[in-house]
Order: sequence, then C-alpha cells, then structure tokens
Amino acid sequence: MNERIAAVEIVDLSFSYPDGHPALRQVHLTVAPGERVALVGPNGAGKSTLLLQLNGILRGQGHVRIHGLEVAEENIRRIRALVGLVFQDPDDQLFSPTVYEDVAFGPIYMGLPLPEIQERVQRSLAQVGMADYAQRTPHHLSVGEKKRVALATVLSMDATVLALDEPSAGLDPRARGRLIRLLKTLPQTLLVSSHDLHLVEALCPRMVIMQDGRIVADGDSARMLHDEELLARHCLSEDSCE
Amino acid sequence: MHANFIDPFHARDSLLHHVDPRVKLVLAVAFILTTALLPPAAWPGYILVFALILAVAIASALGPFFAIKRAFLVLPFVLAALPVLFTTPGEPWLHVPLGRWALTITAAGLARFASIALKSWLSMQAGILLAASTPFPQLLMAMRALRVPRLLVGVFGLMWRYLFVLADEALRLMRAREARSAALAGAGGSSVLWRAKVTGYMAGSLFLRGYERSERIYDAMLARGYDGEVRTLPLPPMARSDKAALLVGLAIVGSILALEIWVG
Ligand SMILES: Nc1ncnc2c1ncn2[C@@H]1O[C@H](COP(=O)(O)OP(=O)(O)O)[C@@H](O)[C@H]1O
Ligand SMILES: [Mg+2]
Repeated sequence: MNERIAAVEIVDLSFSYPDGHPALRQVHLTVAPGERVALVGPNGAGKSTLLLQLNGILRGQGHVRIHGLEVAEENIRRIRALVGLVFQDPDDQLFSPTVYEDVAFGPIYMGLPLPEIQERVQRSLAQVGMADYAQRTPHHLSVGEKKRVALATVLSMDATVLALDEPSAGLDPRARGRLIRLLKTLPQTLLVSSHDLHLVEALCPRMVIMQDGRIVADGDSARMLHDEELLARHCLSEDSCE
Repeated sequence: MHANFIDPFHARDSLLHHVDPRVKLVLAVAFILTTALLPPAAWPGYILVFALILAVAIASALGPFFAIKRAFLVLPFVLAALPVLFTTPGEPWLHVPLGRWALTITAAGLARFASIALKSWLSMQAGILLAASTPFPQLLMAMRALRVPRLLVGVFGLMWRYLFVLADEALRLMRAREARSAALAGAGGSSVLWRAKVTGYMAGSLFLRGYERSERIYDAMLARGYDGEVRTLPLPPMARSDKAALLVGLAIVGSILALEIWVG
C-alpha cells in the first residue's frame, strides 16, 4: 500500500436512520495506515453507526474511502475484504455451528481455494490462541473466548483495517488484559469504539470523541485522558452530564 | 446460565460415535423406512428390528436403556392412530358401550394399533441414537452430503445456533421474573392476571430481541462477504472403514425387509 494514501478517509459524512433520526452529522476523519484510533463517546453518540459505514453496511451522504477506494456498490466486495468489522455482541458475529466454519466463512466468500482457506483458519485461530477450539460450537465458549474467535473471523480475511465495536464490553479484567495484549500485536489499522478508557490508554495513541453524531475532539489520548474538564464536558467521566 | 440441556448430543468414546455421520444418517433413514414398511403384526420382524437397534444402542456406550426410555416420548403421538382399533374389519374382540352406540374393537384392529405403536417406538430409537452420537454440526454436514437443499441446511444451522442463545435469554427473563414475584408472594401471592401479563411481556420481548438480533446477524454476514448464495466448505472424504460400514448396514437392513416380504 502507498504510505501516503489514508487507510480510512471519511469526508463530510452524514447519516440518518430510516426513522429520520440523524445519527451522524458532517463527520470528517482521516486515519493513516497502521494507526490505532479509539472512538469514544457516550451511548448513542453514533460510534457503532460510524463503524457500520466503513464497509457499506450502512451508507450515508458524503464519502468514505478505504485505502483510496470509495465505499460504493461497485467496490463492495473489495471493501468488505479490506475492512474487518467485529460486532459488539459476539453472538451476532459467530453465526455458524462451529468455530471452524465461522472463521472459514469470510475466506469462503472471498472465493479462495480450499488449502488457502484451511491455512488461514488455522493461522487466525492460532493468532488469537483458540487453535484447540476449532470444532467447538460458539455456544460453549466463554465471553472472552467468543470475543477472540470473533476477531479471528476477520483476521482470516486478511483485512487491513479492523473496526472493533466495544471489544472489551462484558469481559472480566483478566480476559480484558489478554484481549488488549492480543490487539497490541496486530499490525493492522485499528478503529476501536469503546467506553473503556483503560483499553484506550493501553492500546490507542490517538482518540476521537463523538457526541450526538459529531466528532467533537480528536487528539493525543495520553493528553486527553488526563484532561478531566474535557472528559466531563463530553459525558465521559462518572458524574458528568447528570 | 446456559441452556446446554437442549443439546441431544452425549459425548462418548464409542464405536457408534466414531462412525462417519453420513453413514449414520443414511442407515438411520434406511432403518426407519424398513421399520415403516414391515407389514402389520409381523412380530418376528419387529423382534429382529428391535435386536438390531439394541445392538446399535450397545455400540453407542450410552447404556441399553438410553434410547428405549426416551423413545416412549413418541407414545402421545401414537394416539393419533387410535381409530384403527375400530375401523379395521375383522373378528370383534371387545365392545365399548358409548351411550346409545357401541364401538367394536376388532382383533385385527388391536394388532394393527400395537404394530403402529411398536414401529413408532422402534423408529424413534434410531433417531435418538443418531442425535445422541452425532454432534449437530456433523449432522448438517451429512444432510448436505445427502443433497438436502443448502438453504434448508443453512437454516437448520442458524436455528440450532440461535436456539441456545434464545433459550439463554428466556432463562434470564424467567429468572428476573422470579426475583420480582418473590417479593410479591409475601403480599398474598401473584395473581393469574399478573402472571399472564408477565408471560405476555416475556414472549413479546423475546420476539423483539430475536427480530433485532436477526438483523444484526444478517449485517454480520454481509460484512464478511455474504451475497445471498449459501456456500460451504467441501465435504471431507469418507474413510474406507466407513464405506464398508455403510454397505454392511444397508445389507442387514435390506435383508430384514426382504425376509419379511418373502415370508409375509
Ligand atoms: N437501527 C436503528 N434505527 C434507528 N435508530 C438507531 C438505530 N441504531 C441506532 N440508532 C440511533 O442512532 C444513534 C447512534 O447510535 P449508535 O451508533 O448505536 O451509538 P453508540 O454506538 O455510540 O452507542 C442513537 O441515538 C440510536 O438511538
Ligand atoms: Mg454502540
């Protein structure tokens, strides 16, 4: 990839749900290849909606480009191979009867030959430490294990941009620590929506605050996370916005 | 809180558990067909078939009574065959007075009813042993191998996967209801109306959650390239021993049928 082309380029993006509720308003965001960016904001700020725009599950007015490629109907197959979207609830992400079939799903739909599919499934499961669970059914896994398998389902597609929706939600501290360590090993461009400011601090050097469908702050996480006044203003500390 | 108890699969390290799921599915279907085709009152045939299923049960390491007991579940459905007791022509065996009328049970009718009950019970055992010795994902693979339409197999797979998720949600809702009704119990117990309302709310809430979840699942499938066509991994090759088992099984089931037809 050309280093000068942004991994994600969002230009003047607005979006309303069919019920007329505006969920994104004039969003601008550029993410460089390999960058790790946290999307932070109160519930309903539009974080999940924004992530769903990255591979065209939802489409609004404005432009979204992934490595220079416009998110549009004619590019949709390539876009979906480039952007790995991991949903918040792993029970939504893992819809196959076995872990193996789930991780193979993306590669199958990319039309890859069988040996390559098998190689990718093994590699991705090993990467998230779930190689021994291939024949298990997702229902029998713990939340932490499900989250890791969910990540493997997009790693197997060799996505270059990973969009993770609240990856640490519902995890106990140990599982969360393990997930953060795992995410830190990934070379991919990362866009992570989260309420978990510890995860943001440990994982993402850059942080973007959203509120009411707008990006209201964008900068260095180490600095912003210690700016109590900023966090309170955007409803990110415990007794703000009562 | 996990609804694991819905899963009929029982993990064992038995001969039956190691047989290829395709072989088991074909043989179970052949067994059920053969049993269904046995003529009424072909008692020696039923004994043969029972001996066969008992042998399979023993090979399953689930205990000989595992399937026998569970197969009695079929009995309520057998009641649908009750009219044959009276409609089969033959020697009267018993009169049942019913007000001004009397129903006559014939000996032939009784034999026929007993045959239907026995055959259903035997067929049920085959289904139970199949499901208990084969993980459901492997059964799906076997269905694909037998050319069951892919979309249907895909729907079965999703149903199975989300049955547990939905059952977990239902369990959670029920627990929440219990937590609240305990408080009401001190105040004279919960009224039927209140219970009905809560149950209605629960059903509605489950339906809504299911609906919303289905939308998210569909999005998750689209995000990974789903295009409306159901595609799956190719079927694994079948071992020689499994092919041999298939032939032997078919031969046994086929000869029982041939024998019965020839004798009968
Ligand atoms: N399917 C939907 N239909 C209508 N409105 C929605 C839908 N999903 C989300 N919204 C609304 O859009 C806004 C942004 O939601 P979301 O992107 O889920 O926020 P976040 O992920 O930041 O919590 C919220 O006000 C929410 O109520
Ligand atoms: Mg969200």
